[in-house]
Amino acid sequence: MNWQLPLMLAQTNDSTLEELRKRTEAISMQGTAVPDSSLVREGTSNPFATEYWFPTQASSFAGEIDFLYMAIFWISLIFFVAIVGSMVYFCVKYRRKDGVIAPEPSSSHNTAIEILWSVLPSIILVWIFYVGAETWFEMRIPKENSEEIQVTAKQFGWLFTYEDGDQTNELHLVRDKPVRLIMQSEDVLHSFFVAAFRQKMDIVPGRYTYAYLEPIKDGVYRLSCNEYCGTGHSKMKTACIVHVSEEDRKNNTKWIEAEKTPFENGQRIYQIHCSGCHKVDGKAATGPALNLIWGKNETMIDGTSELVDEAYVLDSIWYPEKHIVEGYGPVSKMNSFKGILDQKDVDYVIAYLKELKKSTGDAK
Amino acid sequence: MVDANTRQKLFGTPETNFLNCSKGWKSWAFTLDHKRIGIMYLIGVTVALFLAGIFALVLRSHLFTFDSTMLSDDMYNQMFTLHGAVMVFSFIIPSIPAALGNIVLPMMLGAKDVAFPRMNLASFYLWIIGTGCLLGAILSGKGLDTGWTFYTPYSIDTNTGVIYATFGAFILGFSSIFTGLNFLVTVNTMRAKDQGWFKLPLFVWSLYATAIIQVLATPVLGITLLMLIAEKTLHIGIFDPKYGGDPVLFQHFFWFYSHPAVYIMILPAMGVISELISVYSQKRIFGYSFIAFSSVAIALLGFLVWGHHMFTSGQSLVVTLIFSAITFTVAIPSAVKVFNWLATLYKGSILLNTPMCYALSFIFLFGIGGLTGLFLGALSTDIHLHDTYFVVAHFHFVMVGGTLTALLGGVFHWWPKIWGRMYNDFLGRVGCFLVFSGFNLTFFPQFVMGSRGMPRRYASYDPEFQAFHQLSTVGAFVLGIGILLSFVVLVYAAFRGPRCSSNPFRAASLEWQSSSPPDFHNFIQTPVLTDPYDFESQVYDEELDTYIPREFANPDKVAPRKEPVHH
Amino acid sequence: MAVADSHDTHDDHHDLYDHGEFIAHHFDSAEQQFDSGKLGIWLFLVTEILFFSGLFVAYTLYRTNHPEVFEQAHVFLNKYLGGLNTIVLLFSSLTMALGVRSAQLGRNKNCSVYILITMVCATMFLGVKAVEYSHKWDMGILVRSSFDLTYTHPTPTTEIGKSLHISDYLVYLCIVPALLFAGFVVASAISKLINKNMLAKFLMAMAITVSGYFLGVCIGIIFMSATDAETGSSHASVIAEQPLMLLASTQDDHSDGDHDEADHDKADHDKAAGDPSHDGEHSDNEEHFGAHPADGGEASFDDHHPDPSTLDRDIGIFFSIYYCMTGLHAIHIIGGIIALGWLYWRSLLGHWRTDYFGPVDYVGLYWHLVDLIWIYLFPLLYLID
Repeated sequence: MNWQLPLMLAQTNDSTLEELRKRTEAISMQGTAVPDSSLVREGTSNPFATEYWFPTQASSFAGEIDFLYMAIFWISLIFFVAIVGSMVYFCVKYRRKDGVIAPEPSSSHNTAIEILWSVLPSIILVWIFYVGAETWFEMRIPKENSEEIQVTAKQFGWLFTYEDGDQTNELHLVRDKPVRLIMQSEDVLHSFFVAAFRQKMDIVPGRYTYAYLEPIKDGVYRLSCNEYCGTGHSKMKTACIVHVSEEDRKNNTKWIEAEKTPFENGQRIYQIHCSGCHKVDGKAATGPALNLIWGKNETMIDGTSELVDEAYVLDSIWYPEKHIVEGYGPVSKMNSFKGILDQKDVDYVIAYLKELKKSTGDAK
Repeated sequence: MVDANTRQKLFGTPETNFLNCSKGWKSWAFTLDHKRIGIMYLIGVTVALFLAGIFALVLRSHLFTFDSTMLSDDMYNQMFTLHGAVMVFSFIIPSIPAALGNIVLPMMLGAKDVAFPRMNLASFYLWIIGTGCLLGAILSGKGLDTGWTFYTPYSIDTNTGVIYATFGAFILGFSSIFTGLNFLVTVNTMRAKDQGWFKLPLFVWSLYATAIIQVLATPVLGITLLMLIAEKTLHIGIFDPKYGGDPVLFQHFFWFYSHPAVYIMILPAMGVISELISVYSQKRIFGYSFIAFSSVAIALLGFLVWGHHMFTSGQSLVVTLIFSAITFTVAIPSAVKVFNWLATLYKGSILLNTPMCYALSFIFLFGIGGLTGLFLGALSTDIHLHDTYFVVAHFHFVMVGGTLTALLGGVFHWWPKIWGRMYNDFLGRVGCFLVFSGFNLTFFPQFVMGSRGMPRRYASYDPEFQAFHQLSTVGAFVLGIGILLSFVVLVYAAFRGPRCSSNPFRAASLEWQSSSPPDFHNFIQTPVLTDPYDFESQVYDEELDTYIPREFANPDKVAPRKEPVHH
Repeated sequence: MAVADSHDTHDDHHDLYDHGEFIAHHFDSAEQQFDSGKLGIWLFLVTEILFFSGLFVAYTLYRTNHPEVFEQAHVFLNKYLGGLNTIVLLFSSLTMALGVRSAQLGRNKNCSVYILITMVCATMFLGVKAVEYSHKWDMGILVRSSFDLTYTHPTPTTEIGKSLHISDYLVYLCIVPALLFAGFVVASAISKLINKNMLAKFLMAMAITVSGYFLGVCIGIIFMSATDAETGSSHASVIAEQPLMLLASTQDDHSDGDHDEADHDKADHDKAAGDPSHDGEHSDNEEHFGAHPADGGEASFDDHHPDPSTLDRDIGIFFSIYYCMTGLHAIHIIGGIIALGWLYWRSLLGHWRTDYFGPVDYVGLYWHLVDLIWIYLFPLLYLID
């Protein structure tokens, strides 16, 4: 258990980007990558510094947002200290002594001062509004020559499709290359959020929404769903990786099925389609964990027992209502993947499951 | 000038009062007396507070470690949903208006009751039915996992008890409309003779402004929830994108009510604070008309800012810009109130007893809650902070730091009036200190987490945030202990506390001209109309050990400006 | 100081009747009580308007976004029946106003007659509405998800339906009123036997009120067949012609306008995901979006022959709103009838006096509002052009 004070937590870390990438990859072998973003924090323990309050400034407008935040922070602090300071001062100075009620005579009305303390804050508010709106236009209007990436959100995972047709479940971007995310949801509301970019946009089923940004710093950042979307909402996180060059990105996004083993293909299908709901660390999530499932006798909600074999896996993927494991009922939360995954894909998944069973079984 | 017997009858401890004038459970269950209904409401909202508070503590315990397995994800989602729904619909919205307001408002007007006593009782029973339906979601075994906002289409897809809960919220909406409608009519038609609008206590002004919102905004929530129920049962296709509906329309409808509802929660709290600050400083409230009109201004502006909950929802740029601009205008009347309270303290005669400690806590906490609103009103920072823990901390500072603190302050202030018994001031202040410090410990770390990008409604989180979550959890338990202590102090005072006089604090509003506890008809004879903030109108009567209006006092026995002795 | 001993009579429920005065204990004067009630009812009417406003906003938005759907949908509504109902409600408002006037003058007998006529008009309205509803259900005109013009239910299967040649649904909608009618008549006869004449009279009036419903049903059926003959379009031909017309007009809309509207993009995506398994059937059993997108607006073009039902589904949004609005309005009519029944009973008891007529006034205001809402609903739903 971590009992250190929050101020101690925000430390700088000397891990290199390459190490981070390895770490992220290691995690993503297990499922959705959840990078420990504290590693890329330029932390400080000084709560008056921008770095204390914010993750890395990784997008073009992050600096402006942080500036406004800190400006409001200081304005608020001044007002707050003035209000609470005078309150405490009055309470000490004018407190009732010896039970004798003796307020000093003083005015109870002063129109001039009322107008003064209405108008003065108003001016500050207008300034805050103006600065906020200015940056916000930058965040909401796309840059020219932006690349387009299709984002599909679903319970509880992400799918990113690049202009060249590559698909990943982690978002890969290139430094200094503006991007236009075209986002759609397959089921319910989701929200795209990368704290390091300070960018956020809801993903609304039945329509397209857009998010624009330009990454200015390479690294691995946390991408999370920010609009409550059901059971696995808090698991709907993935990595956003900013590469230094286009080639670097291509190396990470390309996938040639024929060059890969069935296990690798199965693992990839798992990561894209299944990892939102099924974990491979033995923990139950929205659906049962998959690492030891192969060859197991699962108990169904009606009390019967089913052996997990090829037919069972195929049925479960194409007709999720057919086998519902005890504890995950009464109706299946899973959508049918018939038409999305074909027979060959299912074979890859089976290969993956067999391998998982072997490796985790060996580990034990 | 009246004789001593009459004085004794009017201001002494009465033999019969509204508490003992009739007995048996029926005399409570079917009472039309606004004070008894208020007390029943107070008991009801306390139960709701404890229930939802337990949910909160379970949530906080779960979040103590980043990969906690104390609750399953589903259980966690249900817990935060029920915490939010019960707190909002069953506790905060009715808390100050329906419980405290019910007891105090007619008396402040010198009236015998609210305009429609049966409707008042109906409001309470609707509250019970509505809360029952909300909790029915748990009892049905299905739970509720939509978040208190019931956002579509998740609320349509999920097979938890959304219909029970939305029906409950619908019923609670009518309970709220009944209270508001009653208060509007009562203030309009039942004021004491010659009691003009500017002789009303500011608590009445704030309840009036609140009632306007209750009457105008709640019906929209009602129809929205009905449409959601129709959507879920018949699939009418208005909110469900599967059938060509628009989920963002639901958000517009929902926030058209729920943003003004935020002011239903905070305006009465501001009214309570205006009373407390003035009475315990023994000074006329500074800028009466500015505070009064700022309540109305907040109520009206509150209708125009609902879109600021939806800056990231995909509404058009222009609409978003306008909502942000109007949002900032709400800051002004709120700030004006705070400045006027401070000016009231200036050169006052400040008594730091329990209610006043709560009032000062309110200024501190509401100050933070209000100022952090600036971060969320500004467009660019809101995009980053939207739906993170920053928002969670912000609205808890306003609703708990604001409303709950004011509710406790108000309850302590009027407790001697309701029960005729005094609370233990020392323990009361200890409770206040625990509530204040526990609250800050709970929610201040959440500002940091939110800024660093911790999304709300997450059952598990990154290890980075664990230390902050642990502070928050510890704080939540301190806060819980503080509330429990206050509860014990109040309950003990109500039944075993020392007897107290009719007006121990030298307050000048009309309710203090009744005996403690008040008569069934509130006043044994029509009260003398006094300015609610002219404390000089109340003089100390040594025989009765209380303050009474100058008109009733025996000039030979008047000892002005002395604190009455508490037993 | 004599007030202190009045505690035991605090239950003002009894004060009302025992003292012959209708001033509740907490009011100072009859005037204060009347003013309070009046302000209260006006505020209540404000909440009612806001309650409906949600639906009006939904109507406006969907009409702005899908004007073509609204134009095509309203032909399914019989504006003559709507017009008939408008006249009935307007007339009921007149009799209500006369009833209020009678109460103000303390003429309880006149008042009771006017209230009875108002109630009969109200039930007539519901009767005509029942004819409209059942006719639409027969044609498969339901809310969005179950809207399906290919579904027809032309031949009645119940015995009563067969013998009278009316829709089964209409028969079902008449069951409760029929039971109520029988109940009131029997209860009235019993009351007469045990010499409770006032009660007997009241119950008989309620029976007459309910019979207004059947009057409405009869007039509705006659009116509907008459207007159909007049316009020359039988129900069957409406079914036969409409879908083709709609198909022709909406096909264009889908091809240019929809991507901007961003409401139907979903279907595109589903096609992209390679899901050809649409069959344009009922969506009632479809739980999973990914598997069977029920938004078949464009999916139907994959099929061999154009399936009109898919386009009809868009019209279903109009009818979702139609059913919500008219249904909610009908619930308010029923509430009004109950309140009017209470007024009728009090009129029989002779409660109204020149200085006490508040309840009639308040219910009258409510009734005018319900009427007024219909005055808005009628052109918005029936007379779109």
